[in-house]
Amino acid sequence: MRAFTTLTGVAAPMPAANIDTDKIIPARFLKSISRAGFGKHLFANARFNEDGSENPDFVLNQEPYRKAEILIAYENFGCGSSREHAPWALLDFGIRCVIAPDFADIFNNNCFKNGVLPVRLPREVCEQLIEDAKLGGNARITVDLERQVVIRPNGEEHHFPVDALRKHLMLNGLDDIGQTLQHAAQIDDYEAKQKASQPWLVQA
Amino acid sequence: MSEPAPRTLFEKIWDSHRVLDREDGQTLLYVDRHLVHDGSAPAFELLRQRGIAPRAPDRIFATPDHYVPTDTRDRAAITDDRHRGMVDALEANTAAAGIRMFGLRDANQGIVHVVGPETGLSQPGMLIVCGDSHTSTHGAMGALAFGIGSTEVAHVLGSQTLWQRRPKTLRIKVDGTLGLGVTAKDVILAIIAQIGAAGATGHVIEYAGSAIRGLSMEGRLTLCNMSIEAGGRAGMVAPDETTYAYLAGRPYAPSGHDWDRELARWQRLPSDPGAVFDREVSVDGDAIAPMVTWGNSPEDALPITAHLPDPAAEPDSERRAAMEDAFAYMGLTPGAALESVTVDRVFIGSCTNGRIEDLRAAAEVARGRRVAEGVVAWVVPGSAPVRKQAIEEGLDRIFVEAGFAWREAGCSMCLGTNGEIAAPGERVASTSNRNFRGRQGPGARTHLMSPAMAAAAAVTGHLADVRALMAEG
Repeated sequence: MRAFTTLTGVAAPMPAANIDTDKIIPARFLKSISRAGFGKHLFANARFNEDGSENPDFVLNQEPYRKAEILIAYENFGCGSSREHAPWALLDFGIRCVIAPDFADIFNNNCFKNGVLPVRLPREVCEQLIEDAKLGGNARITVDLERQVVIRPNGEEHHFPVDALRKHLMLNGLDDIGQTLQHAAQIDDYEAKQKASQPWLVQA
Repeated sequence: MSEPAPRTLFEKIWDSHRVLDREDGQTLLYVDRHLVHDGSAPAFELLRQRGIAPRAPDRIFATPDHYVPTDTRDRAAITDDRHRGMVDALEANTAAAGIRMFGLRDANQGIVHVVGPETGLSQPGMLIVCGDSHTSTHGAMGALAFGIGSTEVAHVLGSQTLWQRRPKTLRIKVDGTLGLGVTAKDVILAIIAQIGAAGATGHVIEYAGSAIRGLSMEGRLTLCNMSIEAGGRAGMVAPDETTYAYLAGRPYAPSGHDWDRELARWQRLPSDPGAVFDREVSVDGDAIAPMVTWGNSPEDALPITAHLPDPAAEPDSERRAAMEDAFAYMGLTPGAALESVTVDRVFIGSCTNGRIEDLRAAAEVARGRRVAEGVVAWVVPGSAPVRKQAIEEGLDRIFVEAGFAWREAGCSMCLGTNGEIAAPGERVASTSNRNFRGRQGPGARTHLMSPAMAAAAAVTGHLADVRALMAEG
């Protein structure tokens, strides 16, 4: 996983609630055993017309948002399916951070596994950030994970919450499988106890 | 010595699956059953890259559902190489790891959330995960079951455990008696309309109350299935006689002495009197009517007797803009009667409503009637056993005689990963779980409803109140 430390970049405004994972990446593109290359399908239904041409009204088809590294949206971002292709597509497009008042649980988890930082900030701050983002390339936003702050173009800082260990994994680009396997002895113990009390469970 | 504090069903299952607690508030939970489907290839690939083998293959069960065609069981007939590749990858990955797979021609193949309960793999008190958001379905058995992403699937394959922060608890009580033609699907759509599509985010829902107790096991599966559509981490119903009667005798259920011992354990699972939930919501079961959705979020649900809202009357500007957007996408007229909306296609199936009771309810409406001129209607059983039973009961003949296409088991048009989608602009009466924009194909317009209501739409050609057809007999 790619580490996330500090990011200063163009933010794309998507002032809508309930941006679901079918919008982020439609199911018809989920047919690869690899995790790469989904960026070209990010927001495909809104981003492209039926003939495959770009929809000029869609924010990511406009300058400077083609190079957006941050998305600003409203409530319940990432609701719907558990498809991890949603953060894969964001990342592959170049978006490393989504800022919203709240996120759907599974999407939130999936982001942390892939170096995409979901930042929760109050609705009124997101509204200000949307206005900043509309100013385009001259209004870059900074996200500092170490200090847990988002810095607006005017210098105003907003603190955001993040779990300590998740922050550690993100800052260092680590995933947690290796860490978990260090607890193998405790998993063995649990398994042995369960096998003793419910031996039929794994005999079927 | 003080009495132990009363606990909820969720808390009992959480506590009994804790391997260890971490300082940052995350808990490592042991996973009893891990269900995998044909979208799991990236997770197996990730594990392979790390040089880790699945830890407990005897706790993992697999079936292909997302990418399988429903017009044939012939894998060679899958025309898209990449669809076939996903099905082949599941077979290769499970074979290499010694994981039991119910393959395309297996008698137990089906949608993973139909297969789990149906085979008895999903049981009360278990912690069950699967790389699919509708894993919440299995909570109907009195289990804690939730969906996870690919990296988490790889984590569970490799360690049989998962890190989780303890969610909050929400009890939704539905009391009263459901009226004629009102099903579990109508109950869950009414709940989501009341609390919103993010109404349960961060919470595990326990459904309770007399109307929930009165639901069949299959109804409870439908109910819990759509917990995720309210944002819920999981949905659960306490196990009771309905649960035990459903489970007894299923292939993977315990039997004999094991059954007796497990039954005693299960009977201790329901929430203790006085157990405290972080939130409580009440829904009036008597007031629920057959529901349909009109917009692009499951919370946009109304009784079939209602008229469409008028965005112009919405005072909140952001909400008004979202409604206008939905009306444009859905091609609807503000203020029109829901029953005036005509449909092009009907889809009866999915992990929400692809079980035998669903097919019986739809067949009851279809019997002796004809699918309306110009409407394409599909029945896609949720599993091979459901399909077999439906044939034994003669339901397939009722559907075929009425003009429905009778198909093989799979996820099919619920999300169209296998290529089975509606055309742009087509309006679909669907028993599935999501009416998101583009969910059933680019430009496709989805209205969610129960199987009986979908059958009513098929035979009338428009959104229709099934109660009127039931009165005709």
